[in-house]
Amino acid sequence: MPVVLRSANTYWLLVLPFLAAVAFLYLAPIANILWLSFTDPQPGLGNYAKLATSDSLARIVWTTLRICLLTTVISVFLGYALAYAIVHALAREQRWMLTLVLISFWISVLVRTFSWLMLLGHNGVVNNALQATGLTDAPIAFMRNELGVLIGMVQYMIPYAVLPLLTNMQGLDRRVLDASRSLGASNRQTFLRIFLPLSMPGIFAASLLVFIISLGFYVTPAILGGGKVLMVAEYISVQILVTLRWGTAAMLATLMLAGVLVLLALMNRFMKLGALFGGGGR
Amino acid sequence: MRRGLAERVNRLAAWLILLFLVAPALVAIPVSLTPKAFLSMPQGEYSLRHFIHLFTSPAWLSSFWQSAVIATCATILATLVGTLAAIGLWRISSRASEVVRAFLLLPLIIPPIISAMAFYRLWIPLKLLDSYAGLILAHTILAAPMVLITVSASLANFDPRLEQASRNLGASMPTTLWRVILPSIRPGIYGGAIFAFILSWDEVVVALFISKFSVYTLPRRMWNGIRENTDPTVAAAAVVLIAATLVAYFIYDIAQRRRAAGRIDERSNDQ
Repeated sequence: MPVVLRSANTYWLLVLPFLAAVAFLYLAPIANILWLSFTDPQPGLGNYAKLATSDSLARIVWTTLRICLLTTVISVFLGYALAYAIVHALAREQRWMLTLVLISFWISVLVRTFSWLMLLGHNGVVNNALQATGLTDAPIAFMRNELGVLIGMVQYMIPYAVLPLLTNMQGLDRRVLDASRSLGASNRQTFLRIFLPLSMPGIFAASLLVFIISLGFYVTPAILGGGKVLMVAEYISVQILVTLRWGTAAMLATLMLAGVLVLLALMNRFMKLGALFGGGGR
Repeated sequence: MRRGLAERVNRLAAWLILLFLVAPALVAIPVSLTPKAFLSMPQGEYSLRHFIHLFTSPAWLSSFWQSAVIATCATILATLVGTLAAIGLWRISSRASEVVRAFLLLPLIIPPIISAMAFYRLWIPLKLLDSYAGLILAHTILAAPMVLITVSASLANFDPRLEQASRNLGASMPTTLWRVILPSIRPGIYGGAIFAFILSWDEVVVALFISKFSVYTLPRRMWNGIRENTDPTVAAAAVVLIAATLVAYFIYDIAQRRRAAGRIDERSNDQ
């Protein structure tokens, strides 16, 4: 089979530029960072030991996990309601709903974070409206706290939850649901005993995806948290750009990367990664 | 079909969630029209001064220009390497190629903060810090997986027998690539290119690490403006970005619909 072999080799040539760029310009420096976490400033597990000894470090990791978990639960819940409505809407309404989801997916994260700043500040639109209508008499602190970070993150993550859920729900066999109804089950029973269990893989995939992206999220927490809510990504950037402590930063990056890769491997069992992008609704 | 109460509640909730997703961005529009020199809602009076400042200030203009140059170069490079890799992997299609594919998708899924550290670390010895080349290369690596995904999706619908026929009729591989494969996967390439452009145009985390003085992209300038939280020019920039996003989205949407329509035509011709 020399001919086949040769042609396979020529096709590898097409892959080579991208593969070389990723290997040498991306994964090599990441490996270097992992290495740093064990060697800087001294060789050993000193950086990891700080997790147990430093209260502030442990608190940052805990804050990050808590916020990511809350974000995941809320966005997947809201995303599920949205995906369910989209799947059951009539064609015209469905098109509009999908368009809005994808547009929000595309709008710059900076623009959205800026908008939340305008809406949620002390003199923001929301507080002014609440006071004008007499619902509150003092501004509510929506920002520089976990509430603000959660609002911003959930809004960013809902589309990421909707897309895998849609892919899953659209793949369900309608005849099973029809069979359930024609056998006398109520809508509620059909949902709870047929639809929900069948959409569990979608829920798992959406939760893992949202959690993975939340873990490394930087822009929204940094701005809406206003320095009061410190999460791992922002802490890493401070360690590198301000205090120049590469060892600690590398240790946190290693933990984050390990978490992401483990969750990714888990997620790969529920759905193909490629199916998530490019508008899962089509 | 009769809609039950639960269905109606669900439908209403869905529209409220959609409102929550899209509406907040709209607040940038009134803020950008304030006549005041600080961030505020306009009260009865409107002014375009912040848009005028956006399009006349040398600092903002240079950021627009830099972002456009970087995003264009990164898009061209990412589209090139991403498309070639997608075709190669599609043709090889073995266990090894699937492992490589997963490998190539990593830059898309690894948190941007870790990517930023990696580029920062490597760009120091390579002297690429704070240079166009540094940012273009970094954005190329981050955006090429997008192209790989969209082109692979197009290839999944492409009949491999067409390629074999071309090769059997004596066409060389470059000719086959250029005259048979590329024209059939054009929608995927365009889609990937649009995604790549948006990604680079909008990217801020890596830019914060590897650019400083001589390179200062639009997101980076906006980031600083948002952090200092005083200059309404940021609101004007946000409005321009929203408009650009909508235009890009509708171009993409029309292309997708045309592609779907084309596929239906092909099918009806088959029958």
